[in-house]
Amino acid sequence: MANNAKVREPLIHISKRDTVPLKFSIIVRAIAIVSALLLCALLASFTTKGGFFGFFIELFSGLFGTPRRIWNLLQALAILLGISLAVTPAFKMKFWNIGAEGQTLIAGLACAACMKFLGGTMPEFVLILISLIASVIAGAVWAVIPAIFKAFWNTNETLFTLMMNYVAMNLVRYFVFAWVPNGSAVVGVIPHGHLPALFGQQYLINIISVAFLTAFVYVYLKESKHGYELTVVGESENTARYIGINVKKVVIRTMILSGILCGVVGFLLVAGTAFTINDAIVGGRGFTAILVSWLGKFNPLYMILTALLTVSLQQGANQIATVNRMPGAFADLIVGIVFFFIIACEFFLKYKVKIRTKHAQNDSNVNKEVKA
Amino acid sequence: MGIINFLTASIRFSTVFLFGSTGESLTEKSGNLNLGIPGTMCVGAVFGILGESLYLSACADPTNPNPFLAVFIPLIFSFCGAGLLGLFNSFLTTTLRCNQNVTGLTITTFGVGLTNFLGNYIDRSNFNYASKCFTTVFPFASDLGWFGQLFFSYGILVYLAIVIAILVSWFLNKTRAGLHLRAVGENPATADAAGLSVTKYRYLATSIGSGIAGLGGLFYIMDYLTGAWEYSIDAMGWLAVALVIFSVWRPNVGILGSILFGALYMAPYFLNVNFAQQELVKMIPFIVTIVVLIFTSIRNKKENQPPQALGVSYFREER
Amino acid sequence: MNTVAIELKKISKYFGKVIANKDIDLTIYNNEILSVLGENGCGKTTLMNMLSGIYYPDAGQMFMNGQEVVIRSPRDAYSLGIGMVHQHFKLVNVFSAVDNIILGEDVQRFSIKEHGIKALWKNFKAGLLDKNRHKKIQEIADKYGFSIDLNKKVYEMSVSEKQTVEIIKVLYRGANLLILDEPTAVLTPQETEKLFQVLRNMKADGKAIVIITHKLNEVMAISDKVAVLRKGEHIATVETAKTNEKKLTEMMVGKKVSLNIHRGTPKNVKDRLVVNNVSVVNEEGKKVLDDVSFTAKAGEILGIAGIAGSGQRELLEAVAGLQNLDKGEIAYFEPETNNEIDLQKLTPTQIRELGVRLSFVPEDRLGMGLVGNMDIVDNVMLRSYKKGKSVFLDREPPRNLSERIISELEVVTPSTHTPVRRLSGGNVQKILVGREIASAPTVLMAAYPVRGLDINSSYTIYNLLNQQKENGVAVIFVGEDLDVLLELCDRILVVCAGKVTGVVDGRTAQKEQIGLMMTGEIAKEVQNG
Repeated sequence: MANNAKVREPLIHISKRDTVPLKFSIIVRAIAIVSALLLCALLASFTTKGGFFGFFIELFSGLFGTPRRIWNLLQALAILLGISLAVTPAFKMKFWNIGAEGQTLIAGLACAACMKFLGGTMPEFVLILISLIASVIAGAVWAVIPAIFKAFWNTNETLFTLMMNYVAMNLVRYFVFAWVPNGSAVVGVIPHGHLPALFGQQYLINIISVAFLTAFVYVYLKESKHGYELTVVGESENTARYIGINVKKVVIRTMILSGILCGVVGFLLVAGTAFTINDAIVGGRGFTAILVSWLGKFNPLYMILTALLTVSLQQGANQIATVNRMPGAFADLIVGIVFFFIIACEFFLKYKVKIRTKHAQNDSNVNKEVKA
Repeated sequence: MGIINFLTASIRFSTVFLFGSTGESLTEKSGNLNLGIPGTMCVGAVFGILGESLYLSACADPTNPNPFLAVFIPLIFSFCGAGLLGLFNSFLTTTLRCNQNVTGLTITTFGVGLTNFLGNYIDRSNFNYASKCFTTVFPFASDLGWFGQLFFSYGILVYLAIVIAILVSWFLNKTRAGLHLRAVGENPATADAAGLSVTKYRYLATSIGSGIAGLGGLFYIMDYLTGAWEYSIDAMGWLAVALVIFSVWRPNVGILGSILFGALYMAPYFLNVNFAQQELVKMIPFIVTIVVLIFTSIRNKKENQPPQALGVSYFREER
Repeated sequence: MNTVAIELKKISKYFGKVIANKDIDLTIYNNEILSVLGENGCGKTTLMNMLSGIYYPDAGQMFMNGQEVVIRSPRDAYSLGIGMVHQHFKLVNVFSAVDNIILGEDVQRFSIKEHGIKALWKNFKAGLLDKNRHKKIQEIADKYGFSIDLNKKVYEMSVSEKQTVEIIKVLYRGANLLILDEPTAVLTPQETEKLFQVLRNMKADGKAIVIITHKLNEVMAISDKVAVLRKGEHIATVETAKTNEKKLTEMMVGKKVSLNIHRGTPKNVKDRLVVNNVSVVNEEGKKVLDDVSFTAKAGEILGIAGIAGSGQRELLEAVAGLQNLDKGEIAYFEPETNNEIDLQKLTPTQIRELGVRLSFVPEDRLGMGLVGNMDIVDNVMLRSYKKGKSVFLDREPPRNLSERIISELEVVTPSTHTPVRRLSGGNVQKILVGREIASAPTVLMAAYPVRGLDINSSYTIYNLLNQQKENGVAVIFVGEDLDVLLELCDRILVVCAGKVTGVVDGRTAQKEQIGLMMTGEIAKEVQNG
C-alpha cells in the first residue's frame, strides 16, 4: 500500500545544499560565464562584421588595446568597486540599501559645490580636504535618513533608498540649472580642487584610494568588532539580542559607514575624474554595484573579481559597439546577459536538484520524511 | 482655459505611470518585488514599435493604416514582449529562487539595453500616421468644449489604462483568484497548506503584471511622443514603482495617484518657473512617496503595509 | 456503541533511528471525544500528523468504513473528512476570518459539454467572492455555538479567536474527525470552558473529536476515553469514567527508570540568585509568568520541571536581562562579598559590566545561542568579543578556547573554521555549553540542554553541569525528562502555566507527584533551607 503513495511525488526534487566545495563553485560559475559569453558572441555574429570570433578579439582589444584603455579600465574598476564596497557592510547586515546611486551623487554634488564656490579662495589642498569632508557628510546624511526610519519604525529600506536616489538626481539637476544661468545645463569643468595627477596619471590617485578602501572594508568586516557585530545582526537578530548588541545602533552606524564610503567615491568621481557635476555622473553604477557586491558574496576580495568582470564587459562591449557603429546600449545588453547567467547559476550552488528514478524515489522519500 | 489644458495634459501623461504601477501592484501582491519594471516598460515600448513597424510595412497604404490594427497589433506585441520578460523574471525568482532585488535590477539593465539597441534598428517611417490611431478616439470631443477636452480628448490607451486599473483592483478584491493571489504574497506557507500553487500564482502575476507595465512604454512612444523615439522611459518606470507605494498597493487609488504624479510632472511646463525650479517640482513625487512610506510604517496599519512576503523566495522545505 | 470513525493498525513512524511511534493500534469513534495523553516527546503529535497528512507512516494501515485508506497530504485528509488544528496557526494576518476560512476551497466547475456556453458565465460567477460568503460560515458557527465576528481581521484577533477560525475552517471543509493539538495551551480558563462547550456540541452532532493534551483535569472534564502514549507506544485506552488522575499519571510517566547519573552532595550552599514575585506579560498580552519566586543556590542544581511552554523560556530570559518584567525583583549575591546586585531592568551588556558572570544556554541553539553560518571560533567569541579597548577583534583567545572545547568535550568537527550549522546537534550543543562554561560563571542556566542529543552527548552535558555545581556555581537546569531531573537535580521547581506549583527535593520526590504538579493538579510547597 505504500507504493501507490509515491506515484504522485514530483519528478524533480529540489533540496537545499549544505555547502559546496570551492572547486565545484568555481567550476559552476566558470561554466556560467563562459556559456554567457558564447551566447553573446553568437549574438554578435549576427549583428557585427567581426562575427563570432571577432567578438572576443574586439572584447580583448577594448580592454588592453592601448595603455589608455587599460587606464580607463582601471579607473572604471576603481569607481565601481568603490561603490560596491560602500554597499557591502549594509548588505552583510541584510539591510537592502539600493540607494548608493543617490548617496554617491549627492556626495559628488557637495564636492562640486565646494570646488565651485570655494575654489580660488584657499590653497588647493585645503580645498580638496574641505571637498572631501563635505562629500563624506553629504553621503552619510543621505544614507542615515532611511536607516533611522528602518531602525525605529521598520520602514522598508529598499523602497526608501530607491526613492532617495531620484530625489538626489533632481536635486543635482536643480543645482546644475541654478549654477548655469544660460540654460545649457552643463556645468563644465570646474577649474579648482582637482586631485593631483600622480606620475602623470590622473586616475592613479583614484585607483590607489580604492585599493586602500578595499583593504579597509575587508579588515573592517573581518577583523573589527563593528564588522563582527553587523555580521551577527545580519545573521540573526535574536542572537544579537542574546549577547546584548544594540541592533538599532548597529543599523544606523553601519549605514553611516556606507554613506561615508559612497561619499568618498562621489568625491573621487568629481574631484578626481570628471571635475564637473551632472545627474548622470554615477550613471547607474550605484545599481550595478549591488550586483557586484552580491555576486562577490559580500567579500571585498571576490568583489575585485566581479567588479573587474563587469567593467571589462562594459568596456569591451563598448569597443565592439564603436567598431561596428552599434548603439552603446550593446554593452548593457552583454552585461545583462552575463549577469543573468551568473545569477541563475547560484541556484545550482544553493540547491540540489534530483531527478527521480525508480530507485532514487524510495531513497529521497525516506530522506524527506526524516527531515520533516 | 489654462487649468483645463493642464488637467488634460496631466491625465494624459498619468497613463505611463498608471500602466506601470498597475502591473507592478499585481506583481508585488504575489510577493514578487519586480525592480525590473523600468526595463520591462522599455521592452514594452520597443516591442510595440516593432509590431507597428511590421504592420505598417505590410500595410498597403502606410499613410492611412487601419485604425484598429494599427493599435491592436502593437498592443499585443508590447504586452507579449514585456510579458515574456516577466516570465523570465518569474523563472529566475520563483523557480530558481534568485534574489529578487538583484534579478530585478539586472532585468532593468538588460531591458534598457535591449530597447536602446533594437530601437535604433526599427524603421519608424509613417509612425506619425499610426500615432493618430492611438491619439484620436472620440472625434466629437472638440465639439463639447472644456467638457469634451477633459473627458473625451484622450487616446485609446488612456482609457484602457483606467479600465485595467479598475479591473485589477476588482480582481484582487472581489474574486477568489485575487484572494488566493494576495494570500500567496502575504503568507506563501499558508497558501501552500491551503492547497494553492505558489509558483503558479507568482508566474501569472509577474508575467501579466509585466505585460501591463509594458503598455506604459508603448503609450509613451506612440501617444505621448506621437511616434517619436526616446530612451528615457526607465525614469518613468521608477516613478511607477514609487506610485505603487504611494497608492498602498491599490490600483484604483493608483488612478488618482497617477494623475497627481502626472500633474507634478507636467506642472513645470504650465507654471511660470525656470528650469531649475522645474526640477524641484519634479522631485515632489519622490518626496511624497517617501512621506507616504514613512507615514504608513509609523502608523503601522496592517492593511497598508507591503505584502508580508514581498521580496522573499518561497521554498517549501524551509518551513 | 458508537460507529468507528477511523481505525489505525500497527502504525509506526521513525525519524532516522528515533522511534516516534511503534505499532500503534487505535480506534477513534464518532460521537466521542478522545484524549490522547502523554508527556512531551511521547509521539502523540506525530501520530496525529499521520492522520492529517503531514507525515506518512513507515508501516501500518488505516481503515475507514472497513476500507483501507491512504493519506498522503492534507488534501487527502480533508477529502476523507479529517481536519486538524495545529498548535501553530496557519492564517493570513491581513485577511478577515471569512477569507481565511474559504482560502483554497474547492469550487464547483461547470463543463461546457454539459452546460453549453452558460458554463462560462457560471464558472465566472463561481470564481467571484460571494458577498454572502459569511452566511454559510455563520451557520456553522451558530450550529456549534462559536461566538466570533467573521469580518474581523486575523491580526486584530486574540489567540483564542484565531483558534476558533482554525476550527471553523476545518468544519467548513467538511471534517467529521477533528484533531486538536494542545488546544487549551494558549487559552484562559474561561476560553477553555467555552471551547469545551463547542466540542460537546460537535460531539452531539456526531463528530469524532481527538484532543492532544497533557492536562489531566481537562482530560477528566471533557473526554469520553483516554489513550495514553508513552515513549512512542500506545499504553492503553481507557474510559474516562472508569479511571482517575492518579492512575492516568502512572500510565503516562511509567515506572522510574534508573539512569545512573552521578549526583554529589552539595557543598557550601548559599543563596546566589533570588527571584521574587516576577511577572511577565508577553506581546500578545498574555501573562506568561505569574508571581514567580524561587532561589537558586551556589553549589546546587536547581531543576525546572513543567510542560513545554509553561514559562520556562521567559523565566530564564528574564534573569538574563532579555525580558521586561511586569513586576518583581531579581537579586544576585556576589560570591566573594555577598553584596546584593539588582538585576532588574538591566540589559545583558550591563549585567556583564557589573561583573555578574551569568551564563545562559538557550533552548534555541542555532537561532539564539549560536550563529549557524559563522565558524566555531567566531561563535565561541560571541560572549567575549568586546573584551579590550582595541577596535579590532582578537581571535587568539577564542581560537585557543575553541581548540580546548573541541578536545575536552570531544567535539567532532573538520576544523575550527567549520560553520557550526554543519555540525551535528550534539556537537553544536557542546560548543554552546563549552562557551558558556568557559567564562567561569557563577550562575549557569541551561534550557533543554540535552534535547535531541544522543546518550553519550547527553552524559557529557550532565557531567559538565555536575562539575559546575561542584565548583560552586548555581546551576539552573530546565528539563523535560522527569527521570533525568530526578537524578540530576538537588531541588526541582515545578511550574505550570506561568505559576510555581511547588519546589520538591530531587532525592525524595516521586515522579507521579511531579507529574501532577506539572499539570496543576496539586500545588506543594516544600521549602528546604
